[in-house]
Amino acid sequence: MIKESTLKPEDAAFREVVPAGDYFLKVLKKGETVRILDLEGNQAADTLFFNADDSAERYSAMDTIREQGNVYLTAGTVLRSNRNNPMLEITADTCGRHDTLGGACATESNTVRYDLEKRCMHACRDSWMLAVNEHEEFGLGKRDITHNINFFMNVPVTADGGLTFEDGISAPGKYVELKALMNTTVLISNCPQLNNPCNGYNPTPIEVLIW
Amino acid sequence: MQTPLYQYTLPGGAHWSFRMRRGTALRLTDVEGGANVGMLFYNPEEKLERYNAPDSLKGQHTFKLTRGNCLYSDMGRVFASIVEDSFGWHDTVCGNLHPQQVKEKYGEHRYQDHHNDWYLSGHTSFLTELAKYGLTERDLAANLNLFSKVATDDDGKMFFDPSAAKPGARVTLRFEMETLVVMHTCPHPLNPATEYPKKPVHVEMLKADPVTADDYCLNFRPENGRAFENNRLYYLDEAASFKPQATS
Repeated sequence: MIKESTLKPEDAAFREVVPAGDYFLKVLKKGETVRILDLEGNQAADTLFFNADDSAERYSAMDTIREQGNVYLTAGTVLRSNRNNPMLEITADTCGRHDTLGGACATESNTVRYDLEKRCMHACRDSWMLAVNEHEEFGLGKRDITHNINFFMNVPVTADGGLTFEDGISAPGKYVELKALMNTTVLISNCPQLNNPCNGYNPTPIEVLIW
Repeated sequence: MQTPLYQYTLPGGAHWSFRMRRGTALRLTDVEGGANVGMLFYNPEEKLERYNAPDSLKGQHTFKLTRGNCLYSDMGRVFASIVEDSFGWHDTVCGNLHPQQVKEKYGEHRYQDHHNDWYLSGHTSFLTELAKYGLTERDLAANLNLFSKVATDDDGKMFFDPSAAKPGARVTLRFEMETLVVMHTCPHPLNPATEYPKKPVHVEMLKADPVTADDYCLNFRPENGRAFENNRLYYLDEAASFKPQATS
């Protein structure tokens, strides 16, 4: 569902451009709104959320899609935790559909998906691995790095049970906005994947804005 | 028919965990029809390596799991291959009921009042088994829900299909790695039954035939061949590589 935001970028309390291949890690206070902006279009923003006061509680794709009865995320979706608590709500979305089935790329899964010779190409999970080791104060480790959201990614499920990766339905300037329903740690990998159309084979920067 | 190395009928609404050896198979039978098997895999040598539903689905371009599909770890290896399946469409995205949801849906059935006929949730069952291996809710990944079919329409709306249930439905998993298997027989979260479904599952452990170059699962997708090659690297097998080709 397309829903425009009423928030103005010039009023944002925080703005940061995140280049492809980098991670973004920040705590969002309950009641704050974060916008992820696809600056140049067709960019996948692989995102995880954690309860900032108890990192064992985290975003759960399973709980989220099961409770809303739909596999796609868009405006109105309540992101739920592994304890089935509401964590954030998608309050605006100019893209219309986001994936949470496909997971993130990893160097290991790249060898399976593309080629055994592609082991050393940069991947989202490596960005997250570095993030948790560079920020031990968050109390996160590999077992916390799990089933994520792929903002701006289009992964349709077919009626006969297929899963396809299609060109992104995003475009320059498209965004998604989320309101935090608890103190939430946001961990984004701005996807460096060069081997599939999720980034249009050309990873580009995103911007993160907070109100 | 091969005599199982071990067999046991797990009652409905229960949980269990065990180690499967590389080269053995696990055959599960939905005795009455309408069972659900929640299942997770961990590498007992490095428990941070675990079943990864998104990698399994995207790697094989599928939403459903059936014969031919391999169940990948997050490290690009194959825990198990689905070598037989008379059910046809298994779920791996819906997770489990939480204890509060079991209470709201089926009524409270405490141990105090009902002893082992109590109503357990899949979530509680997994937490109970995981703790036996030093694992916690942080380690609870998206699980398999065998014998439960969940389809979607064009808008992504999910439907549980009760008509898929068949008494005697059987699925066989061949283990390609040493694997810690954690399982429960609690109801699927989208099962519309108004009475708590307590459906037993017959479990047989068997010796598997060796994987050959013409193996159905190995060749089902080019990705599977490359994942098997990663298994060969992990065990440093002396056997020749199946020489998987890159996808152009």
